Amino acid sequence: MSTQMFGAPIPRNVDPRLLKGEGAYVDDIPLTGALHAAFLRSPFARARIVSIDVSAALAYPGVAAVYTCDNIGSLDMEMPLLVPHPCLIGARTQRPLARDEVFYVGQTIAMVVAVDRYTAEDAAALIDVDYEPLDVTVELEAAAAEGAHLVHPDVAGNIAADFTQTSGDPDAAFAKAEHFTKVSVRIERSTAAPMECRAVAARYDGATGELTVWDSTQGPIPIRGGLAAIFDIDEDKVRVIAPDVGGGFGQKVMLFYPDEVLVPNAAMELGAPVKYIEDRPENFLGSNQERTQVHELELAANKDGEVLGVRDTFLHDTGAFIPYGIAVAQVASTSIAGPYRIPNIWIKFQAIYTPTVPVSPYRGCGRPQACFAIERAMDKLADELGMDRIALRRKNMIRKDDFPYLREGLLFADGLAVRHDSGDYEGAIDMLEAHMDIAGFRAEQAAARKENRYLGFGLACYVEGTGLGPYEGAHIRIHPITGKVYVNTGLTTQGQGHETIFAQIVADQLGVAVTDVIVTEGDTLAYDWGAATYASRAAVVSGNAVYKTAVVVREQVLETASGMLEVAPIDLELENGEVRLKGFPERKVTLAEVATISNPLRYTFSESSKSAAQFASSAKHDRPPLDEGAHPGIEATDYYSPPCATWAYGGHAAIVEVDPELCTVKFLRYVCLHDCGRVINPMIVEGQIRGGLAQGIGGALYERIEYDEDGNPRNANFMDFLMPYATEVPEVEILHMETPSPLNPLGVKGVGEGGTIAVGACVASAIEDALQPFGIERLHEVPLTSNVLHAALDRAKAGGAP
Amino acid sequence: MKPPQFEYQRALTIEEAIAARAANDNTAILAGGQSLLPTLNFRLGAPDSLIDISRIPSLSQIEITDSEVKIGAMVRQRQVEIHDEINQANPLLRETLAHVAHLVIRNRGTVVGSLAHADAAAELPSVLLTCDGRVEVVGPNGARSIAADEFFRFHLTTALKPDELVTAACFPVLAPGTGWAFGEIARRRGDYAIAGVCVVLSVDSNGNCTSASLGACGIGSRPIRLHGAEKILVGSRLDEDAIAAAGDAAREAVETPDDTQASQAYRQQVLATLVRRNVVRAAARAGAPA
Repeated sequence: MSTQMFGAPIPRNVDPRLLKGEGAYVDDIPLTGALHAAFLRSPFARARIVSIDVSAALAYPGVAAVYTCDNIGSLDMEMPLLVPHPCLIGARTQRPLARDEVFYVGQTIAMVVAVDRYTAEDAAALIDVDYEPLDVTVELEAAAAEGAHLVHPDVAGNIAADFTQTSGDPDAAFAKAEHFTKVSVRIERSTAAPMECRAVAARYDGATGELTVWDSTQGPIPIRGGLAAIFDIDEDKVRVIAPDVGGGFGQKVMLFYPDEVLVPNAAMELGAPVKYIEDRPENFLGSNQERTQVHELELAANKDGEVLGVRDTFLHDTGAFIPYGIAVAQVASTSIAGPYRIPNIWIKFQAIYTPTVPVSPYRGCGRPQACFAIERAMDKLADELGMDRIALRRKNMIRKDDFPYLREGLLFADGLAVRHDSGDYEGAIDMLEAHMDIAGFRAEQAAARKENRYLGFGLACYVEGTGLGPYEGAHIRIHPITGKVYVNTGLTTQGQGHETIFAQIVADQLGVAVTDVIVTEGDTLAYDWGAATYASRAAVVSGNAVYKTAVVVREQVLETASGMLEVAPIDLELENGEVRLKGFPERKVTLAEVATISNPLRYTFSESSKSAAQFASSAKHDRPPLDEGAHPGIEATDYYSPPCATWAYGGHAAIVEVDPELCTVKFLRYVCLHDCGRVINPMIVEGQIRGGLAQGIGGALYERIEYDEDGNPRNANFMDFLMPYATEVPEVEILHMETPSPLNPLGVKGVGEGGTIAVGACVASAIEDALQPFGIERLHEVPLTSNVLHAALDRAKAGGAP
Repeated sequence: MKPPQFEYQRALTIEEAIAARAANDNTAILAGGQSLLPTLNFRLGAPDSLIDISRIPSLSQIEITDSEVKIGAMVRQRQVEIHDEINQANPLLRETLAHVAHLVIRNRGTVVGSLAHADAAAELPSVLLTCDGRVEVVGPNGARSIAADEFFRFHLTTALKPDELVTAACFPVLAPGTGWAFGEIARRRGDYAIAGVCVVLSVDSNGNCTSASLGACGIGSRPIRLHGAEKILVGSRLDEDAIAAAGDAAREAVETPDDTQASQAYRQQVLATLVRRNVVRAAARAGAPA
């Protein structure tokens, strides 16, 4: 038996190509005679547009077209609401180009298409817009307060959605509890900042009526469906390709951004390929962001630490529009009880319009906020009850025999009940506690304090509902010339390594080398059923679809080979690209021969065709060459549709040293324990955790999108928006636990976001512990910049700290 | 993020460069390009003409005399950082350059370019100022030398005239027994400093401080000498009290008001702390008793 590939830490098959610079991103696609687009964007957060004069721009040499809302025909519309929900109040989405009004700085007003990007930018600067600026209220709580200036004049109170969910009987729980703990927490806005900004290129073939779009998107299939509908052409005439994509993290699963419809429209109208390559400042102004929430959370507990109930009410900043409905807030609200039993939950949120860049999911999608709220409250409760923080958590965790654990009444973002399917939460916290050697650390901490060094221990636990539906599919075919296996999926990759893990799954079923499995993602011509890459769903949903399809193909191979070798399928094994008779490895056929013989129309072009001829006896002479219901070739398509989300979980722990004078934080240790079910490739899982951690550290200590009171972005560049460098991200120790998911054949759960979720809560917990001798207040906001820590220490000093 | 139109001129001699400068009062010198090109790409600047001085051979020279390290305008920061003789003559440069941006930027960026750009938070101007260094300048009327204190006028503003070119920076050689240190706090490694402090001092055989120069970056509209701290240190025994007093005295030098990165109070605390810690390090290097 060959080595099993499932579970092996094999190198990613895409890396040599990408590392050598041989990747092909949208901007690398050669398009002869392409024109280039640039946008004029609003310099005001809110303004009425009195007039737009494009004459100077149109006259500028090299300009092919200037588009405003007045000359884009049916595209002058509000773009689709992607995730409708009954609680949405007057849901607003953006128009491709502003009509009459603008709602945030950066909103697209006009698009210039010219011979090159330089010319397009020069001409865009010549467009004369007469604005009447309007008053704005930018900050979230102020925007939600009475008297706030409205973002959309007909949406009262800036309230885009108002939603309450209840599980159990929270009123009864609060009536009988012995202790109450309240926290107010604040999480600031960040951005995904993918290394490749967004990009769209389009080419239209007037002769065939075929539109081809290259889009740095996470969802080419919905883009294709949408473009076909918008342009009123058949889906088969539209091909959308997501080529190599340099990171997405949710930002690229938003659709449609204005350029995604305007660029194809221009290509169709101008009869030349058109390209729009977003640059970094534009990514800060025009691509969606996430995270600002303010929670007021209260726990009701007994004195022994048992948490009976939680009430949380929070404001969610949705920016100027709400294209994703309540997805982010709903995920936050249904993750609020974390890994704890807490049987009684009342959670209410309001999604609030602010005149800022629109909000849609970014890696974590509401979970980092929920985790920060509940975990900071658990630390506070432990301290108030005089309990150990770990002991309190262990006491409340959903126990092994509680699974599946249903939170009756809470509906997750997929519209299905919140049901933690499996896990060993207590085992996880035991493992984390043992690994951290808490007693040893406390001794070290005490010794360090005597030398005026301040060490702190922090921890946070998280859960993550992963692998949301509706479905994904796969098509697998074995090629008759080489015997190589081609896998087409509807998914896209932004660098995660799907190609490798899908190949591992297929290799095990078909007995071929991983390198002989060629996976195609992100091309609607190759495969066009499915959704997109989001919600940590690739391994869960597509992985199982690939697995199920591979099982079908394996059966076809065995069936055909059994006819060729005249033995029962059960006596055959697949290995090394061959089908062999068990115990008689010399009696074999190659996969290429099997694929060849499975097609009744055989030519003798190839070696496998010639050698397959020896099995001619298996050909039929008394029936049609293809049996009724049979198909030529070895190939299959199958789908996987998850019954509901499968819940991954884990815990982070950190030991930090804080310099109370310089207010800097140094990580001495950072540990991630996680359970994503069965691990397909530990190296790729660890890569996901490390990348997630880097983005989590950004949110915990550095990143904050800043607006001034007029709604102008203040740090829309990498010099002022502090994405952490490699020097700021700690080395991480990773602990794996594997509790197979009972919900899918592979037993896998998603791992794309787990590295990010708990970081803010864990880091705040550690810093708070380190600065405890200064009598510092509780740290209930992120990012905890040096400036924030200085202010907190200053307040402690002023308050007469011990 | 594409620059507006500009003319590109490549000067092969200093005279050509000066002629090009004199011909148009809206030119910019292109050396390492590490600050200039982002400025153009953001369309924050729109010079008519860029004068590329990278092919002028004399500007790539490094000269070390008994009194000065003279660094030509095209010498890259990384060259200076790894130059052992420069490090012998004035070790502050290596210690400081480790904080300047990142390796790939120092590979291209020039020492003189950073001085001429004169960002108030940049490290190298504060070192030139603290060491009492100077720059050499050539214009249509010949060469002149400008002392650091005279050169740095304001954030991104120097005493250089639009028709002049900085040809070299001259950092004094530190005498044997001199104590020195540079340290800073930046939000991320390699970023511009929230505050950075450069210290040069000497101590006599009795442990008394005989001279002290302290300069800071990031705290005002230009690099700033911390004269209050210097006065306290000179003549002291560099004991804990004197050093603490020097740190406290430095606080008032902070001009920068509250901004989103740092409140004025936080900047003052960083500055005071860096003064104390860097004086301690410099004193140890000067051989002062601990």
